[in-house]
Order: sequence, then structure tokens, then C-alpha cells
Amino acid sequence: MDKIVFRKFIIDSKTFWTMFFGLGFFILVGFLCSHYMETEGHYVTGMNNQIVWGLPHIFAVLLIVIASGVLNIASISSVFDKKLYKPLAPLSALLAMAFLISGLAILVLDLGRPDRLIVAMTTYNFKSIFAWNIFLYSGFAAVLGLYIWTMLDRNVNRFSRPAGIFAFTWRIILTTGTGSIFGFLISREAYGTAILAPLFIIMSLLYGTVVYYLILRTINYFQKTLVSEEIISNLRKLTILFLFANLYFLVLYHVTNLYIAKHQAFEKFILLDGGVYTFAFWFGQVIIGLILPIYFLLSDKKKSESSMIKSTFLILIGSFIAMYVIIIAGQAYPLKIFTNYEILESSFFDNVVHSYIPSIYEFGLGLGGIALSLIIVLVGVANLDFLPTIIKGHKPEDKTDSVSQ
Amino acid sequence: MKNKPTTSRRDFIVKSLTAISAVYFIPDIITKAESAKPLAQEVTSDTKWAMSIDVDKCAKGCTACVDACVEENGLYGFDRPETDSQWIRKLTIKNIKDDKIKVVPMLCQHCENPPCCDVCPTGASFRRVDGIVMVNQHTCIGCRYCMMACPFKARSFVHENLTEQVTNAPRGKGCVESCNFCANRIDHGISTTACEEACMKEGHNAISFGDLSDTKSRVNSALKKKDNRRLRSDLSLKQRVTYSGI
Repeated sequence: MDKIVFRKFIIDSKTFWTMFFGLGFFILVGFLCSHYMETEGHYVTGMNNQIVWGLPHIFAVLLIVIASGVLNIASISSVFDKKLYKPLAPLSALLAMAFLISGLAILVLDLGRPDRLIVAMTTYNFKSIFAWNIFLYSGFAAVLGLYIWTMLDRNVNRFSRPAGIFAFTWRIILTTGTGSIFGFLISREAYGTAILAPLFIIMSLLYGTVVYYLILRTINYFQKTLVSEEIISNLRKLTILFLFANLYFLVLYHVTNLYIAKHQAFEKFILLDGGVYTFAFWFGQVIIGLILPIYFLLSDKKKSESSMIKSTFLILIGSFIAMYVIIIAGQAYPLKIFTNYEILESSFFDNVVHSYIPSIYEFGLGLGGIALSLIIVLVGVANLDFLPTIIKGHKPEDKTDSVSQ
Repeated sequence: MKNKPTTSRRDFIVKSLTAISAVYFIPDIITKAESAKPLAQEVTSDTKWAMSIDVDKCAKGCTACVDACVEENGLYGFDRPETDSQWIRKLTIKNIKDDKIKVVPMLCQHCENPPCCDVCPTGASFRRVDGIVMVNQHTCIGCRYCMMACPFKARSFVHENLTEQVTNAPRGKGCVESCNFCANRIDHGISTTACEEACMKEGHNAISFGDLSDTKSRVNSALKKKDNRRLRSDLSLKQRVTYSGI
């Protein structure tokens, strides 16, 4: 009889420390970049009074969206009671925690006054969706901690399903909150629509699934015991499903905007004559991020590993560009302050499409954030029993394993 | 020989009474003296600060209002127009129907339903009961969400270390700021903003500031003379800054 047990990541010490210090280097670089931006002021970044949210926000929002999405596997296991996914659920929750922490770290380190984090944590304006998000993010970390505990400790294992359902509900609300940060901005034509919330949810499902797949494959490269072909095949099917769902919501978002008269000018900008932003939308978000992966996954009749890996990388590049389009292009399009007047001159660039060239410091901070999430995963799997291992021909009296099912 | 006491009984009583009066009465006198100043009066909703801008009177090429604001609030920039703060700016606009060109000052519109205050996570962006929308520089965390939310691009983020601050307008790197209707001036009893004063000095009288509750205020006179309208009225923000002539 085969048995599944949870074990630590078995990796030789040299590889572990090489990875640890490699990631640590990027974290240090990220921290130094953030320190430089804070001491010198944000003028050293590419952000300004026109593009107020830049590359750090692209990284942060993407990581938070991924954090919600990587919980998919755990949700399928707990909420929909699919036994097949149960062994991979703890890793899914660990990844969610890691991406959430790193996304938040970037967001906080880019604040004008990161030293006032305590103010943000203690003084709330409950009318602000941003304030609600602070609750949702910190609460999500706590819920994930609880969920991981119920999955890994056999004494409380019976609570893992309710904890999983709670975490699932929380993350749907969390991603709704993240989408609503933009959806509630009534003054900008790119935003101010409720469709952004479900669009963010569906993006999280897609990006989370491929990130999970990529990390699973990477761990599996070192430790060839944890993934069954059925799971890989299901992840592939889920990716195709989420790609189509993404495409559907993206079309819906733009068709809705085209229908709203006051948003039509922005739609013309983003779809036709917005220069780099139009190019980023069509070539990056749509073709690289959605169409090509759909093509590669559907045209590969053998359902080979290479088409899934190729699609995963394309989706991840597309996800970054999608965030660029949502966050940067949305701000680049000038505000329509007057109805019957066109602005000819302004010392504050009211009449031009704003450009944004990110600085190396913003990029460093973003990479540091990604490194932080990966180091959390590395340290987590190396020290705690997160990874399932199949033991062939297990005898029931063997009690050395941590959790069994 | 008997020691002579250094303090007589009378001296003791006089000195004690003086000390008691110093502790109890002098602060009272000071408070009464201060209370004569408007600064000590609590801001109430009986006062409704507002501004009317007559675009037809705003002169092309004149930057008196902008210069006065810079001087009043110490908004000296670093010659980096993309990141330097601007609390008030002049725009040149063209009517899309008749191609008529006008100039118009743009500043915080002091909305009654301000999106900047709605979105601020810490409540640092707030609206006083007298209608002034401003930023609490002690609780602003520099997230810039208010700048994303403002439909008039009225807010600036302090992008670098400041060296030439003025005492009446404390500013800080990493915080967001915007026009506050010269709150410091009006709280000290001055009934005009720096921009209005400069506009009047130039003889243009395009800017009229005052209390809407006061029927004789300059802003009420301006509102009676010409029809005023709010920008982006579709958003129902009920701005306290209104425009005539556009």
C-alpha cells in the first residue's frame, strides 16, 4: 500500500546556501534601493506628479494577485474536497503567504513615509478601500497561518476543511479589494468600473496557477517524488480554462468602456493610438499573455511538458505587461478636467500623455520583493514538512511520518 | 543672641499671595488675551469658505496668483517641473465649439464630497467643517492614492528634501500636499488667500474668496454677479471652487 507523507525539502547543503545567499543578495539590493529612494526622495525614481504609481506598484499588485491565485490548489482540495490535490495544499498555502508578504513589503517600502507604517496599522479611514485592504492583507496572512497549521498538525487536521473554506472566501474578498483599489477611482477613465474586481480575480486564478506549476516543477527537479501526471494534466486544463476566462473578462471590460460615452476617448487611446501603451496592450497583454499560450496549449496534441512551460513563461511576461497597462497606461492618459474645452498649455503637463521611464532603483526594489517571496518558500520547505512524498509499499505500523492520509 | 527671622510674617503672606496669583490668575489673563484672536476659536460649520473664479478677468501671461502661492507656502522647486509641487497653476484652454482661448487658474477645488478624503487609508486627507480640504502632514504615509483619486490633478507629492520651508506652511518629504485655502492665514483672522490678494493687487479681481454664510462676502458678490459652474459636475463632488466665464 502506498502512503503519502509530508517531508522537508531534501536538498544538499551547498545548493541550499547558494540559493539562499543568491536570493539574499537580491533582497539586500532591494532594501538598499528602497533606502536610497527614501533618503533622497522619490525624484530619483521614474515616478512623478503625473505617474504617481510606478514599477514598485506593478510588482506589488502582481505579487498580491499571485498570492491569492496560488491558493487555488489548496482551495480545490479543501473547498471542493478533491483528494488528489490534498498533498499539495500546504505548499499552496505557503506560496500564498510568501507572495503576500513580499508584495506588501514592496508596497510599504515604496511609501513616501515607510517609517509611518504604524500609523497605517493603527489609524483607519473605513471609507477607504485601501484601509480595508490593509485589513484584508494582514488578515489573509493570519488566516493562511491558521490554515497551514490545520493542514500540518494532525491534532487539528479535522479543522482544515473549514479553515480552507474560510481562506478561500477571504482571498476572493481580498482580490475583489485589490481590483477595487482601481475600480473605485471615479475620476480616471481607465478605472471607475466594477468589472475590474472580477477581472483581478480571474487574473489571480491564471497567474497563481502557472506560478504554482512553475514552483512545483522547480522543486520536482530536485526531488522527483511529489507530482503525479494527473495533477500536471489538471493544471494544464485549468490554465486553458483561466486563459479563456481572462480573455472573456478583458473583452467585457473594454466593451463596457466603449459603451460608456465618457470612457470612449480612453478606449480609443488604449486600443488604437496610445503609442507604447497600445503596443503593450495588444502585443504584451493580449498576444504574449493570452493568445500565444492558448495557441501553444491547444495545438499541442501530445500535451507535452514543453508547451506548458513555454505557456507559463509567456503568461508570466504577459501578467507583468497587463499590470503595466492597467497601472501605468491608466495614469498616462490625461485627466479630462473640462467638458467643452481642450487644454493647450499647462505647467503641470495636463495636456499631454504622460511618459514613464522607471529607474533602476524601482526595478531593484521589485526584484528584491520577488527574491523575498522565493527565500520564504525556500526556507519554509527546507525546514517544515510541506512536501508530499509517496512511500511505496508502506506498512501501517510505520509511525515516523508526520501526517498521513 | 536670638536669630532675626529673614522673612517677616507680612512678607511671607504677600509673597505667597503673589505666587498663588501667578499660578491661578496670570494664565487666565493670557487665555483671555488669546481668545480675542480667531486662531483660538474652534472651526465651525457656520463658516463656509469658498472661491469664485471669473475666467473672463483672468489675464493671459499673469502669474501673480501662482507666484503669491509659492511665496506664501514656500513652494520653491528644484527646477524639476515633473516632480516639483504646484498648488495652483495656470492653464490655457480652447473652447472646442468656437476656438476661443482663455486662461484659468487651477487649484484644489475643495469638494464637499472629496474623493481624496474618501480614499485616504489613514484619514490624513480630511475636510474641515468650514469646507477646507487639506492634508494632515503628521499622518500622511505618502501612498499617493489621493493623487490617483483627484479628478483635477490638484495634489503634489513632495519628492525630495526641502530646505526653504516657511513656518506658516510646514511641508515634508514623502507626504502629499495641496492648496488649503491659506488655512494658516484665515485661522489668524486674515480674510483673503494669497492668490486672491495678489490678483486684487494686480487689479484683475478674477479670484473672489470668502465665507458663503456672510452675505456681504466677496465670494457671494461674485456669485450674484455671474453664473458660476463647477468643473466635472457629472461627478457630483460639490466643489467650493466655482468658475464663471467657461
